[in-house]
Amino acid sequence: MSRDKGLMRTIIASKRMQSFLGDPSGMVGGVILFAFFFAALFAPYLAPTDPYDLTTVDLANFLLEPSWMDQGVSAFPLGTDDQGRGILSTILYGLRTSLIVSVSVVTISSLVGIILGMLGAYYGGILDAFIMRTADTVFSFSTTLLAVLLLGVFESRGLFTVIIAICIADWVKYARTIRGSVLEIKEFPYVTAARSSGAGDFRILFRHILPNALPPIFVLMAVDMAVVIMLEATLSFLGVGVPLTEPSLGMMIAIGKNYIYAGMWWMVVFPGITLIGMVVGINLFADWLREELNPKL
Amino acid sequence: MTTYLAKRLLQGVIVLILVSMVCFAMFRFTGDPVVMLAGKDATYEEREQIRVAYGLDRPVYAQYFSFLKGAMQGDFGRSYVSQIDALDTILERFPATFELAVTAMCISFVLGVGLGVIVSISPNGVISRMIMAGSLVGISIPTFLIGILLVMFFSVYLDILPSFGRGDTVQIGFWRTGLLTLSGWQHILLPALTLSGYQLAVLIRLTRAGMRETLSEEYIKTAWAKGLSPAKVILKHALRNVMIPVVTIAGLSFGELIAFSIVTETIFQWPGMGNLLLTSIFETDQPIIVTYIMLAAFIILSINILVDLLYALLNPRIRYE
Repeated sequence: MSRDKGLMRTIIASKRMQSFLGDPSGMVGGVILFAFFFAALFAPYLAPTDPYDLTTVDLANFLLEPSWMDQGVSAFPLGTDDQGRGILSTILYGLRTSLIVSVSVVTISSLVGIILGMLGAYYGGILDAFIMRTADTVFSFSTTLLAVLLLGVFESRGLFTVIIAICIADWVKYARTIRGSVLEIKEFPYVTAARSSGAGDFRILFRHILPNALPPIFVLMAVDMAVVIMLEATLSFLGVGVPLTEPSLGMMIAIGKNYIYAGMWWMVVFPGITLIGMVVGINLFADWLREELNPKL
Repeated sequence: MTTYLAKRLLQGVIVLILVSMVCFAMFRFTGDPVVMLAGKDATYEEREQIRVAYGLDRPVYAQYFSFLKGAMQGDFGRSYVSQIDALDTILERFPATFELAVTAMCISFVLGVGLGVIVSISPNGVISRMIMAGSLVGISIPTFLIGILLVMFFSVYLDILPSFGRGDTVQIGFWRTGLLTLSGWQHILLPALTLSGYQLAVLIRLTRAGMRETLSEEYIKTAWAKGLSPAKVILKHALRNVMIPVVTIAGLSFGELIAFSIVTETIFQWPGMGNLLLTSIFETDQPIIVTYIMLAAFIILSINILVDLLYALLNPRIRYE
């Protein structure tokens, strides 16, 4: 117990933590981010109802107003959608989808991008030319367009398909960023020194070059998380993203869109605020990270 | 310069061929085109007839070359759904998308660069802080949400602007334009604002960063010292140099613009190419999807080459050898 306390104290006293606590907007971003992760993780315990358990969803509760309004019911604080699902509960479950997709995509595409970009920059030649031409092409198509087209072509629908489609479009950012750093770092004298002291390619790449090339990647990962969350919402909004059986903020807004002319705003506004809040939080955090690590992005 | 241009064009052609291979593979291997053409209830004999009639019984490479030959002559086959030529179907929708994209680009360019300059002149002013906060929110709202919020406010709540369709259009030759009627302008306003949203925020940030860097340079100090008017120093001396990266980024994000036009057109029922693509995806109308991809690739690659040339034009120090 006392050791834990000591650890906490060390973390709080550390330079990075001090800078984090001293930057109000970065801290706000971090707190928002933590709150959303917490809400997503404990969605089954926090949600008043389970919107995807067909035995508890009652169609009779459809299109209810938020509970503080005249027609509202206290069981559904933010109202219900056209299927009688509670908006608050669906948002909590939708957050899970957003975060599962974005964390998986950022992890997979950063790994693929880092490895390909690093190998290309280090060895040069045909390998580099091939990887970078592919990356340029994918990049000029833009992540969003490529993801829409891929999902339009893929036959199966599911969380996994969405993740793969976004990854195919997304890895190039990482490859391009790491390539620039590695090209610079591999000419530094300390790398030559490592090589002349007998270190192999593998050791030079992963022990000497990679650690110094990573800071810009961390910032990119943070920014990319926000981008992927918006992308997943966009894809699901268009109807090419996660299937109807999965909760998604984008799909909630697509359904709510049909009811805005009838003045039923809550089906769009609450998921929308959640989405914006989450992305703003991540972007604030990323801004702080950029200042802190100060990479040349 | 000529060598460089030739090299870029060659690269572009190679990429187009690669894209055509991917398109062909997907056209041929996802779902059985025979079933699509003959219908689900066709008998075995009927299917075989279709297979022979469309050349689907030949080896894959032979099919690819006839696909490529057709593609180069602008023949991408017929839509499975309407049985009309795929390229004609898409090109008929082209003016609507083009007008929307150009209007959106004008909005984001004028507002983005303008606001970016204002912010860079007095970085700590109240207005500047508001603009920067706005741009943070701007890059944090996905395009589809901007569109719906605009509809909720201007069409549903205030009820002053239409929220779907193109309004009255005028046919000039092959081009159907909505920019010559009042109703056309009313209809394009919300979609164009939606589409410009993302780029607007990016351009504000880019212009601000560039201006901050340029305004501290020696030649700007000289310009001030000479007693030139602020308008001349800022617009003529500083902004010109800032425009180089701004134009490049704007041009290179053209793919993004096409992607978001799909989203925007869906929200506003805008009768453009993006709307058609999404409908075709739901109807698995593969000839239309393939043609759209090839056309998008062609447009994006052309714009990229144009941007490179423009880059050399704006910055005489750059010479492509």
